[in-house]
Amino acid sequence: MKYVDEYRDPQIALAIAEQISHRVTRPWVLMEVCGGQTHTLMRYGIDELLPKEIELVHGPGCPVCVTPLEMVDRAIRIASLPDVIFTSYGDMLRVPGSQSDLFQASANGADVRIVYSPMEAIKIARANPGRRIVFFGVGFETTAPANAMAVWQAKREGLRNFSMIVAHVLVPPAMRLILQSPTNRVQGFIGPGHVCTVMGFQEYEELTKEFRVPIVVGGFEPLDLLEAIAMLVAQLEEGRAEIENQYSRSVNYEGNLTAQRILREVFEVSDRKWRGIGSIEDSGYRLRDEYAAYDAERVFGLEDLNAEEPKECISALVLQGLKKPVDCPAFGTRCTPMRPLGAPMVSTEGACAAYYQYRRHA
Amino acid sequence: MCLAVPGRVLSVEGGDPAFRTGNVDFCGVRKTVNLAFTPEVEPGDFVLVHVGFAISRVDQEEAARTYGYLKQIGALEDEGLAPKDGQGDTP
Repeated sequence: MKYVDEYRDPQIALAIAEQISHRVTRPWVLMEVCGGQTHTLMRYGIDELLPKEIELVHGPGCPVCVTPLEMVDRAIRIASLPDVIFTSYGDMLRVPGSQSDLFQASANGADVRIVYSPMEAIKIARANPGRRIVFFGVGFETTAPANAMAVWQAKREGLRNFSMIVAHVLVPPAMRLILQSPTNRVQGFIGPGHVCTVMGFQEYEELTKEFRVPIVVGGFEPLDLLEAIAMLVAQLEEGRAEIENQYSRSVNYEGNLTAQRILREVFEVSDRKWRGIGSIEDSGYRLRDEYAAYDAERVFGLEDLNAEEPKECISALVLQGLKKPVDCPAFGTRCTPMRPLGAPMVSTEGACAAYYQYRRHA
Repeated sequence: MCLAVPGRVLSVEGGDPAFRTGNVDFCGVRKTVNLAFTPEVEPGDFVLVHVGFAISRVDQEEAARTYGYLKQIGALEDEGLAPKDGQGDTP
């Protein structure tokens, strides 16, 4: 077993799709929360394998996509300072701010470096004591422990030249927002397998009870997603609304308690603004006061910088499952991965980029 | 962003749990991975790696159970499908 190829067997995929077809008696709208799952579904054409009764809508689980415009503007402002080395996951570089992006800032002379892990930013900070190293801490609960660890490590070492823009968001508050909307169409969720690997699925169990909606925690390979869809269809057809775990090789009820401990040590839950959606209560993390010296927004005094969203981009509706990327008049014409209007067209996890990449133009 | 890749732990280094690292094989590519969140991991285990950190140890029993179940569906449906597409099992 390598835990990859086995879950891509086309014959088993067809068999599960067939099983779903036998089972389904009426239309159901399902949402995969995570952008990584969106890409698997599009890449392997799983949506086309399913019976026409099953409609998949795509969720807000793309952290790059929901990072608000002013956060990108703040990052550009900081990155452009001469003594700063700005470090980021590669995904963020081409996300448009209100006027520019980090890639453009880099072309204009800013020292912007792509890192694979926040610990690389720590290494850069150690090696460059005369410069200020700032890391763009973007991500959901999956990524938050690694970023928390970098801050914890910086404090423990007494590194004074490291700080982080914390733009962390949390999945359950976004799902709650979708479920509370009077226009909600989602009848079942594929839960985010890697977020749940860290956090467990107690919060999702609460959502199933509060909203009487089934949630199946799912993995990221084609067979994982098909099985999760089959489990959701079974629940819906039987009138059940329970939490189930398809991704049991990685996820358990409690999650990763060691990772959760470092999260609690470094971060506290706070309100967060989501791009295109607005502020959601208790939907993100910020650094605790004990770690204020590592909070780039406080260090650089940029907390009040705000920005307006471009009007033409419908990403807010796409991220809430209310519209598909192809419903946007700008899709594939005025908005492409090379010239994106909004973040979902940029990120490797954005729904618009997935549709564009896998040729769902029509 | 939440992409996590499974790999096999070849060796483990460091005594301090906060700094434990492992040499992890991803289908031929080897990388040093931070094991701070997976103190239980030993050489031979599979881990899921995200931004340089192992976020879980792959539960091999659960994996085998799920996959066994999936294969079973595949086998059952194959029989059901065979007459429809006219291609039975080749001996």
